Amino acid sequence: MSNIPSNLKYTAEHEWALVEGNKVTVGITDHAQNTLGDVVYVELPKVGRKVAKGEAFGTVESVKAVSELFSPLSGTITKVNEDLTAEPEMLNTDTYGDGWIIEIELSDTKELADLLDAAAYGKLLQNS
Amino acid sequence: MARRTPLNEAHRALGARMVDFAGWDMPVQYSSVIAEHEAVRNSVGLFDVSHMGEVEFSGPGALETVNGLISNDLARIADGQAVYAGLLNEQGGFVDDVVAYRFSPERILICVNASNREKDFAWMKEHARGVAPVDRGDEYAQIAVQGPKAVGLVQRLTKTDTSKIGTYRFAEGEVAGVRAIISRTGYTGEDGFELYCAPGDAVTLWNALLDAGQQDGVKACGLGARDSLRTEMKYALYGNDIDDSHTALEAGLGWIVKLDKAGFIGKDALVAQKAAGVKRKLVGFELTGAGIPRHGYPILKEGSRVGEVTSGTMGPTVKKPIGIGYVPTELAAEGSTFDVEIRGRAVPAVVVKTPFLKKP
Repeated sequence: MSNIPSNLKYTAEHEWALVEGNKVTVGITDHAQNTLGDVVYVELPKVGRKVAKGEAFGTVESVKAVSELFSPLSGTITKVNEDLTAEPEMLNTDTYGDGWIIEIELSDTKELADLLDAAAYGKLLQNS
Repeated sequence: MARRTPLNEAHRALGARMVDFAGWDMPVQYSSVIAEHEAVRNSVGLFDVSHMGEVEFSGPGALETVNGLISNDLARIADGQAVYAGLLNEQGGFVDDVVAYRFSPERILICVNASNREKDFAWMKEHARGVAPVDRGDEYAQIAVQGPKAVGLVQRLTKTDTSKIGTYRFAEGEVAGVRAIISRTGYTGEDGFELYCAPGDAVTLWNALLDAGQQDGVKACGLGARDSLRTEMKYALYGNDIDDSHTALEAGLGWIVKLDKAGFIGKDALVAQKAAGVKRKLVGFELTGAGIPRHGYPILKEGSRVGEVTSGTMGPTVKKPIGIGYVPTELAAEGSTFDVEIRGRAVPAVVVKTPFLKKP
């Protein structure tokens, strides 16, 4: 079973969001990393880039597969996890911790209501 | 409904992630592609390759019949030896790449790719002059045992002296009490065997290898590791690196084409191509910028598309983004540079000597 921490919000595209005021930290879920397999490369966006909800902002590659990353919310990217360049495998080993990908400063906090809570995301995985 | 090998249940019991491959329900990985890849490089791994096809030619004239179909030369090898060869079309392109086993001049067994099984058999039936082919695909399961500890593992399970089986040679014997063809061949760049047995014996053989290999840290390995291992060796994969539109000479497989032997299909085209000069070549390259090359990505020179990536990955052992692709011959020399287009970015690459993996 996938690990789905209850303090996080989720998208149907298997990103997680840790909401702290008007800033959110974004990563991919345990289910996503498990599906991808060994992550060997992460293409990160630049700090300062504006992203719209649902927009592709980067790419995760495993040995076999390429997968796009989609922003769960609209805003400006304020931090990117440069450590993933040297250690992309942190996406497998510490999905919800050191494997975080970007931080976004929200431009529209109302969008938060569209995210799934842990129970809803768990249900989505069960039905998929 | 995808076809299943006799080991399908065994894969599921080991927690394999299964995918459809060429119409077969096959394991892509059990735990981690990288861990399985490293097991093969450092100790030993097992692959279920029962989906591969087998075609037999038997009777007087079998050798001559097969020699008219394949690019390599069965007359130059002894009984108990095998050759890698192409089945070529009239243009010198690949119908398939195969391994042909010479049991005797009157019995030849050809191992073909799973994806080409039906096509190859129909092609052989149409083009065979002499002995008719017989499809034996359902009569063989096949397990590849690969890695530096593969020979020791197999030796513990057989009375056959495996030290007498040289590279690309084979013997018939018993492994774990199961009748098998013990072939010193493989697709990983490591030493090891490919064991052909009856489908009903496959589970017995698989479990015996897993049990006896515990002391070596044996791992069951899926198609993911098989692909990264063969890519590090620049071994061609049919449908990616070779196909009916690229000739054996373009693919750098001139060594499996014996242009001085009696006629075989595709020979005339290759003789003409050799005389005229080969215009594009399959090369191995490393990215010098960030990214991973993948099948189908364009190869650019000064912004213009000049070729295409046929295979690519982050090499788990070489720890670099490596790729294989066709480029114009003037860009094929070691040290030549070009770009690979990755999601709209031109990422620089350099042609390197292959195999990518350098053995000490």
